[in-house]
Amino acid sequence: MSFVLSGIFTPFHYQFFNNGIIVATIAGALCGLLGVFVVLRGMSYIGHGLSHAVFGGAAASAVMNINYFVGAGVWGVASGVIIGRIARRRLIGADAAIGVVTTASFALGLALLNRYGQAKKSIEAVLFGSVLGVNTIDIVAVSAVAVLSIVLIVSLYRAFLFATFDPEVAQVSGVRVAWIEALLMGLLSLTILVTMRVIGTLLISALLVIPASVARMLTNSFARMLWISPVIGAVSSFTGMYLAYFLDTSASATIILTGTLMFIVVYTVTGLRGRTRISGLHHI
Amino acid sequence: MIGEVLVECAHMSCAYNSTLAIKNVDFTIRKGDFVGIVGPSGSGKTTLLKAILGAITPIEGHVTKKPQLRMGYVPQVESVDWNFPVTVLEVVVMTRSAMGRLPRVTKDERAGASLVLERLGLGGLENRHIRELSGGQQQRVFVARALFHRPELLVLDEPTSGVDVRTRHEVLHLLADLHDEGVSIILSTHDLNGLAAHLPRLVCLNSEIIADGSPVEVLTPEVLEKTFGAPMEVLIHGGMPVVVDGVGADIAERMSRLG
Ligand SMILES: Nc1ncnc2c1ncn2[C@@H]1O[C@H](COP(=O)(O)OP(=O)(O)O)[C@@H](O)[C@H]1O
Ligand SMILES: [Mg+2]
Repeated sequence: MSFVLSGIFTPFHYQFFNNGIIVATIAGALCGLLGVFVVLRGMSYIGHGLSHAVFGGAAASAVMNINYFVGAGVWGVASGVIIGRIARRRLIGADAAIGVVTTASFALGLALLNRYGQAKKSIEAVLFGSVLGVNTIDIVAVSAVAVLSIVLIVSLYRAFLFATFDPEVAQVSGVRVAWIEALLMGLLSLTILVTMRVIGTLLISALLVIPASVARMLTNSFARMLWISPVIGAVSSFTGMYLAYFLDTSASATIILTGTLMFIVVYTVTGLRGRTRISGLHHI
Repeated sequence: MIGEVLVECAHMSCAYNSTLAIKNVDFTIRKGDFVGIVGPSGSGKTTLLKAILGAITPIEGHVTKKPQLRMGYVPQVESVDWNFPVTVLEVVVMTRSAMGRLPRVTKDERAGASLVLERLGLGGLENRHIRELSGGQQQRVFVARALFHRPELLVLDEPTSGVDVRTRHEVLHLLADLHDEGVSIILSTHDLNGLAAHLPRLVCLNSEIIADGSPVEVLTPEVLEKTFGAPMEVLIHGGMPVVVDGVGADIAERMSRLG
């Protein structure tokens, strides 16, 4: 009995695991928070694009021996702002243009690592994430971005809501929509920057979309979505990380699969309750 | 008596990515006006309203507004994201965003919103999600949002598109009441008989302004053909012009041959 109990806590005896699960849980909450905007604006491709763009910056800074957060940070924020500009113009094929810009950045990063990088391992770590390289700096970085996001979104809540729901009317009502959008893009870039080392380039966009989609099915209120989604992100990251230790699977993949499982359960349950019951959901 | 000028467009042209949507528009809204912009879809009605609102900047000419003019905008129902997670109350107080910052809706706002909602027949629906309303109620939620900060000029984009006859009458009565209370109104519509013919002033638009005047002056076969690009006939019924689709008689004749 005591053997089973101690087995449950075994992973927590490892410092790397503790660091990893802390970063993953905060990262899940953070992605859940910003994912609300990604999902409601129907721009999941931006999360996908940004993570690929940041990959280019990560590779470039590794090759040039620049600090990851500085190199990938500058690269990521710059592409975030550019993407925001392109998306705001609503040209036909804006998503295609973003796809070109960001996958080019991704390809450039890959080529740089092939040519000048040290080991195949580092590419894999950036693509799929790794808990082994996580240290105190990552914990500080992800916490700082989380606190910054919460402070900004809560204090500018109405501007964020108005600009997301109805940008044109928000603009004429005195909301600085371009400013809010730039802020959102900046936060999204920072989020990707600080979570990428754990979750990895390829699966981060899923973590931006899944918790918010689950939250959307559970509530009809924007305000409630803003806390339900981070909770779901944190729970699936914590659980996924923990299960990964025992299943000996990739942490990021297990996190995403846990989130997907929650999605399926909520989708089925809300579906079973049926359309007539959905009207009763608004007080959740 | 001529009211003070609220909005004036002078030689105004607006474009999307260098394709011209409206050109050389000269147009004035005065206090007390109740104007309808009529034209087929794609004629630039929404563009004109957005330019008046300031959401679009003209590429030529300019829009001048009375300083500190308070405007309320009711968008076309089709342009709203009805799946967005907001309640009726959240929509109504939304325009206060510049002032109140924190998520919580204040007591004052709640009371003010309830008053507006009550008057629009939406009392008690504050906590409903916007998708759970009927078409007429959905339309009125956005009217409530526009009225919430007491506009001097109410701008409505196709307020009766896609609503049934009864709702259309309700909307018309509501607008007439608001106009009686001193709110100036500009709206767009392609509903000639159901809405436009009841208004004191009509502007026919097809990229350019074709005519501007009372329904009797404006609803003529010549103007309508130029505006809609299709032949139409105008009958006078009870002193009011009634527009009849010119193709109607032809179709009726062909249909009768079938039967
Ligand atoms: N966002 C946009 N981007 C490009 N073209 C647009 C946009 N909105 C409207 N247009 C074009 O401008 C013209 C006028 O449109 P609009 O003002 O919406 O007309 P209406 O409201 O009378 O239907 C149309 O030809 C339409 O295709
Ligand atoms: Mg229109």
